[in-house]
Amino acid sequence: MSRRQRAPVAPGYRDGVRAALPIGIAAFAFGVSFGVLARSAGMGRLAPVVMSLTTFAGSAQFAAASILAAGGGMATAVAAAVLLNLRYGPMGLSAATSLAGPWWLRALTAQLMVDESWAIAQRDEGRIDRHLLVGAGLLLLVGWVGGTAVGAVAGNLVADPASLGLDAAFPALFLALLAGQLAPRETQRTESRTGSERPRVVSRGASWVKERSRLLAAVGGALIALALMPVAGPGIPIIAASVACLIGARRS
Amino acid sequence: MTAVWITVVAVGLATMAIKAAGTLLLGGRTLPPRAQSALEHLAPALLAALVVTQALGGSGGGFAIDARLAGLAAATVALLLRAPLLLVITVAAATAAAVRAFA
Repeated sequence: MSRRQRAPVAPGYRDGVRAALPIGIAAFAFGVSFGVLARSAGMGRLAPVVMSLTTFAGSAQFAAASILAAGGGMATAVAAAVLLNLRYGPMGLSAATSLAGPWWLRALTAQLMVDESWAIAQRDEGRIDRHLLVGAGLLLLVGWVGGTAVGAVAGNLVADPASLGLDAAFPALFLALLAGQLAPRETQRTESRTGSERPRVVSRGASWVKERSRLLAAVGGALIALALMPVAGPGIPIIAASVACLIGARRS
Repeated sequence: MTAVWITVVAVGLATMAIKAAGTLLLGGRTLPPRAQSALEHLAPALLAALVVTQALGGSGGGFAIDARLAGLAAATVALLLRAPLLLVITVAAATAAAVRAFA
């Protein structure tokens, strides 16, 4: 046993499952609403389920479905979804050194990385725990795909999505996810002066600066979208709003 | 239907590639801090744009002010009261549905 080990017992897959259980229930309910809304967006029953299994990323799936529903076209839908999922690039880099096994196993394990499983799996010094990631990711995947199937199949029981206010669920959902993005990251506990080496590990002061710059990016994105909505087709304002992320490239 | 499946396959393949890229490509190197920081800001920028377009966007472009805005206002209150995601969405939908039913 290593002296540097903090917990007496290293976390296992079951610990990941247990930690993700409350949020897994939300993922199931969220999956049901995606299934219902995707069905009402004209995606049929099977496509939403296949999408939940392969894409496994809520905001991108909702974005793609809502852009298709709004007549934004598939190129716009794919571009918006891919832009939303680009965050998995740096998240994947941060998780890279914690994954084990041959290349195909590491690539497969990385598929279980979603915002929630990645957050649950955070350990000190910017590392993630592979067992927590897999346990939490699998539970969230089961909840998300199962919920999508239930929603997509039961979708035809729903009379009119607008009369049930389901179109208002889209902006409310994105607002809730945005609030999560802007909230303080409680997982970033470790103090470190080597921020350039480990970007996920920052001091409290730097963390506050990052929270403020995330807020600036959100305001910038909203303003760009508002400015372009009267003149550009559906989906284009969303893609253009990604330019606001350059706020994060300032010297920090 | 075809456009839906092309979208599902394209988004799925792209997302799987993005998720796997980090562990497959990292050769002891890290991104420049500025590039990393910019990518971290992509999600809030895009989510904010989605809130705006989904709450105010008309079908086919432009603005449309309707019950969605009341739903979003109710969702904001629920978020400020630290309601869980499911409740936030339910409150938004119920408020929009109520406005449509009684307006």
